[in-house]
Amino acid sequence: MAGKKIGILAMQGAFLEHQQALSRCGAEPVLVRTARDLEAVEGLIIPGGESTTIGKLMKIFGLDSLIIERVKEGMPIWGTCAGMILLAKEIADSQQPHLGLMDIKVKRNAYGRQVESFETDLEVEGIGQTRGVFIRAPYVEEVWGGTKILSTYLDKIIMVQEGNNMLATAFHPELTTELDVHKYFLAMA
Amino acid sequence: MEEKGTFKVKAGLAQMLKGGVIMDVTTAEQAKIAEEAGACAVMALERVPADIRAAGGIARMADPSIVMKIMESVTIPVMAKCRIGHFVEAQLLESLGVDYIDESEVLTPADDKYHVNKNIFKVPFVCGARNLGEALRRIGEGAAMIRTKGEPGTGNVIEAVRHIRMVNDEIRWVSNLPAEELMSAAKEMQAPYELVKEVARLKALPVVNFAAGGIATPADAALMMQLGCDGIFVGSGIFKSGDPMKRARAIVAATTYFNDAAILAEVSRDLGEAMVGIDISSIKPEDRMQDRGW
Repeated sequence: MAGKKIGILAMQGAFLEHQQALSRCGAEPVLVRTARDLEAVEGLIIPGGESTTIGKLMKIFGLDSLIIERVKEGMPIWGTCAGMILLAKEIADSQQPHLGLMDIKVKRNAYGRQVESFETDLEVEGIGQTRGVFIRAPYVEEVWGGTKILSTYLDKIIMVQEGNNMLATAFHPELTTELDVHKYFLAMA
Repeated sequence: MEEKGTFKVKAGLAQMLKGGVIMDVTTAEQAKIAEEAGACAVMALERVPADIRAAGGIARMADPSIVMKIMESVTIPVMAKCRIGHFVEAQLLESLGVDYIDESEVLTPADDKYHVNKNIFKVPFVCGARNLGEALRRIGEGAAMIRTKGEPGTGNVIEAVRHIRMVNDEIRWVSNLPAEELMSAAKEMQAPYELVKEVARLKALPVVNFAAGGIATPADAALMMQLGCDGIFVGSGIFKSGDPMKRARAIVAATTYFNDAAILAEVSRDLGEAMVGIDISSIKPEDRMQDRGW
């Protein structure tokens, strides 16, 4: 995994936190804002942020179709929180622009407003125990096709994988000092 | 064990807002325009700062029904302002479920000595700062996000520029001090020693720092980003301009592509009239909002 060029979509949100985590894993992070930035990377992380903001900017600057194309060709992609929403084929009660790549239906702000945001310990298949920081977080209401559930918390689906190149988490591993989810993604890349 | 209201989740929401634009709105319709234009959050207000400045008198927390209507109309985070030191307005806003409280100098201060003890709230707070000492005093009280004070409602970016340059100069200064000089630095800045040590270690503030107070154009937003701000608050600049939707979209794009002059030039075209600006020297000292709070 050393030196692997991994992009972080840098439209809006917590992209610098992912950049630092990837560097600590020994990968080579690249902030992606243009088509040329995207060409240079072997994998992509869509960070937490506001999914409506990131989705609109991706569309206006033409990155959405390029990302969809790359992922269909096999490029690994991981969405955290807003990133999970943008990867979903279906978003409950919303027509916002998104990538629609994963066979999941997500519910936005599923735990409520900011005062309901929380952190807790999670069990993740293939990783073990990790810390989950949930900020106005979504969860997955439904999965279909070959999508695999990697973690649930209080009966809600909060981490999924589809095939060997698509990963989504409702929580923010980039806000903790733990690197296990980043390493899990780098192993896919 | 599940924990709510921790400093990590409070500061974490501010981290999710980075690289984005938070827009002042006074109605549900304006909030929807802001969301449609790509705002990462809105600030629910009764009047924008330019109108507060023009109206004079005592400016207070917005009517709860205005805040609630705005919360119902958008899916992005909603912030609201309380007066400096007015912890009951803060309690009330927390009970309404707002996502962030701005303890703001735009409103008339309610206490001439003490800011709100923000540590005891579950809802996170953002506060304005003109220099590192002020930023660290607010963080010491529990603020999970900092912004420049600038001079609100003027459409004049000079004060926000002064404040971010001052904070960054002082961070560079503290970062280069030997350990034995940090206590004196803390004394000089009137800042908590533990936080001064933290800044020296991180070579940065321990929380997100946004630009606020006088940003009116896409170029203003990009200037503040290039100077090292993490994101942008636009107060009067959008809904006091000729074409709010177009200007809002342009400022959002400029905040993402702050380093790309070609894109900045493109989005700055044909925006219609910007808000009318005010020269800082024409404001009487007692009317300067940035001098409220300590």
